[in-house]
Amino acid sequence: MVEDLLHSQPGILNFGIFFLLATVLLLVILGFVTYAILAERKVMGFMQLRQGPNQVGGRWGLLQTVADVLKLLLKEDTIPKLADKPLFILAPVIAFAPSFIVIAAIPFTDKLQFADLNIGLLYYIAISGLTTIGMVTGGWASNNKYALLGGMRAAAQMISYEIPLVMSVLGIILLTGSLNLNDIVAAQENVWYILLQPIAFIVFIIASVAELNRVPFDLPESENELVAGFHVEYSGFRWAFFMLAEYVYMFAMASLTTVLFLGGWLPLFSFLDFIPGAVWFALKFMFVVFLLIWFRSTFPRIRADKLMEFAWKILLPIALANIFLTAIIKEILKLF
Amino acid sequence: MLRTEEMLLNVGPQHPSTHGVFRLVLKIDGETIVEAKPVIGYLHRGTEKLAENLQYTQIIPYTDRMDYVSAMTNNYVICHAVETMMDIKVPERAEYLRVIAMELGRVASHLVWFGTYLLDLGATSPLLYAFREREMIINMLNELSGARLTFNYMRVGGVKWDAPEGWIDKVREFVPYMREQLKGYHTLVTGNEIFMNRVKGIGTYTKEDALNYSLSGANLRCTGVKWDLRKDEPYSIYDRFDFNVVTRETGDAWARYHCRLDEIVESLKILEQACEQFPAEGEILAKVPKIIKAPKGEAFVRIESPRGEIGCYIASDGKKEPYRLKFRRPSFYNLQILPKLLEGETIANLISILGAVDIILGEVDG
Repeated sequence: MVEDLLHSQPGILNFGIFFLLATVLLLVILGFVTYAILAERKVMGFMQLRQGPNQVGGRWGLLQTVADVLKLLLKEDTIPKLADKPLFILAPVIAFAPSFIVIAAIPFTDKLQFADLNIGLLYYIAISGLTTIGMVTGGWASNNKYALLGGMRAAAQMISYEIPLVMSVLGIILLTGSLNLNDIVAAQENVWYILLQPIAFIVFIIASVAELNRVPFDLPESENELVAGFHVEYSGFRWAFFMLAEYVYMFAMASLTTVLFLGGWLPLFSFLDFIPGAVWFALKFMFVVFLLIWFRSTFPRIRADKLMEFAWKILLPIALANIFLTAIIKEILKLF
Repeated sequence: MLRTEEMLLNVGPQHPSTHGVFRLVLKIDGETIVEAKPVIGYLHRGTEKLAENLQYTQIIPYTDRMDYVSAMTNNYVICHAVETMMDIKVPERAEYLRVIAMELGRVASHLVWFGTYLLDLGATSPLLYAFREREMIINMLNELSGARLTFNYMRVGGVKWDAPEGWIDKVREFVPYMREQLKGYHTLVTGNEIFMNRVKGIGTYTKEDALNYSLSGANLRCTGVKWDLRKDEPYSIYDRFDFNVVTRETGDAWARYHCRLDEIVESLKILEQACEQFPAEGEILAKVPKIIKAPKGEAFVRIESPRGEIGCYIASDGKKEPYRLKFRRPSFYNLQILPKLLEGETIANLISILGAVDIILGEVDG
């Protein structure tokens, strides 16, 4: 559908349709962020013997996040006197914009995808790296020592973990022979890549948690050491932008995991294909999100220097070995 | 080589991991600490000076506020000092109540340490599990004394209130429950690879260092020194109980963690035995004069608090107020080794090291 529109003559009508679709997607993502935060608080509450939000919006706290966001909107906009003002204002935008841009390439079902790029996977990985620039900028512009340390940690962490992340998906690319996310899902018709590439899956999950800056890899903002890390001076809506970026990335990363390893919109067994693809996608997606929340309530934070060691000395060699293994097995299977 | 500049970083007094209003002035090179200077005194209330104008019974509530995580041991040390000076024999039942209250306090204190230490390291859940158990202890102590934290329970010559009906049974039931929960802690935390990475070999010091810096409690025992005043200089009725002094050899944060968790087990042993031996009836307060006047002279007593040796020195000139009162506050002494430990460490390790010392700022600042 989108593909046809892309190739049609430019005009008011298809601009309108595009604009509308983008707005719908934006609302879906914002809705997800709203309820992902609520889900995170509820699930963590459940794991930690607490109630979680239960006042605003009924006993499930359905409007808690809405109230939180409204409060953030109404907050006074403070910029430290000695901060680098233009950069300070720009940083949340730099951090937040790429998080939405990457969503365009993700196929939610075989029909619902905004840009069917041939280099979809590469596009995702390249764009998502940009967010770190926003974090470093924010850390630098705040003119605060904790923020600076947080920003530097963010940069170091990105460099360390982007590489194993890319290396871990190379195995999949070898198997599929394509960087197109649609092709990758289609290739999982018979068996999901989580079974064919279990090592890659583990490396990918670890590296993606690190990319998301979530526990146990939430070093850039580790609140017990650096108070709040790179966004220590941010408040109100600027701070909300950083948080929004973080949760949109959670959305994007969980979607990508689903697409790469869990067969995207494909059903668990082929006789279950009367259930729409979107439902399957949502189920798998929610499983990944739950996994991320589970991590958060279980693990302590890893140490900054160990983090680097872990990425370069353990994850990267494993990912590389996985590539060789995949290539060799693939060639051997070709002989028969 | 790239030229780097040292940066001055102020950690605290408002910082999530300094456990109150402790301040550290750090000179850092990147994330490496070149020099650390602790600054204390933000919570100084002048307990010792205030005590010079207070009657002995009136001092007891002030001791609650020194080490507010384990107020029972503080209550005990001042009462014990006055009793030693006046040569008062405390009734049996009161002694048992004191020991049970103190050991419950020790368990609660170690639970708070366990929870907050893990919180410092970034794990949020263990805190809530530890506080679930602590809440039970607090409720029991609340039933006993009428307060949750600042108990003001002990008096010179005994305790203020007798145990309510069925209270001893509650303590008895708590012991196996707590043992069961400890297993859960070990499953969740002790075996965690990330946790081991954060604490193993971190903040290591030797036996000699520990003794030279006059460390006490788990901070001393983690180096292998077998020193526990409950065993080595038994006060109260501790000589009647069978328990071990927990020691570890390595002297790092990992050893301190194990010492504290195992001390909970030993405390549970004491609680179990105390509940068994608890006299069915008897006085809870010895015959003491209405206005307590310690005889002229001086006395120093020391006991084992969850944080180490807490001492109380009283110089009296025979009046109803002490001439001079001095507390040896273990957190303060344990903190001395910090600058030495922090040199050359990273900021992430700062948290592991500071947390493992187990300081209570109310006690450090006095």
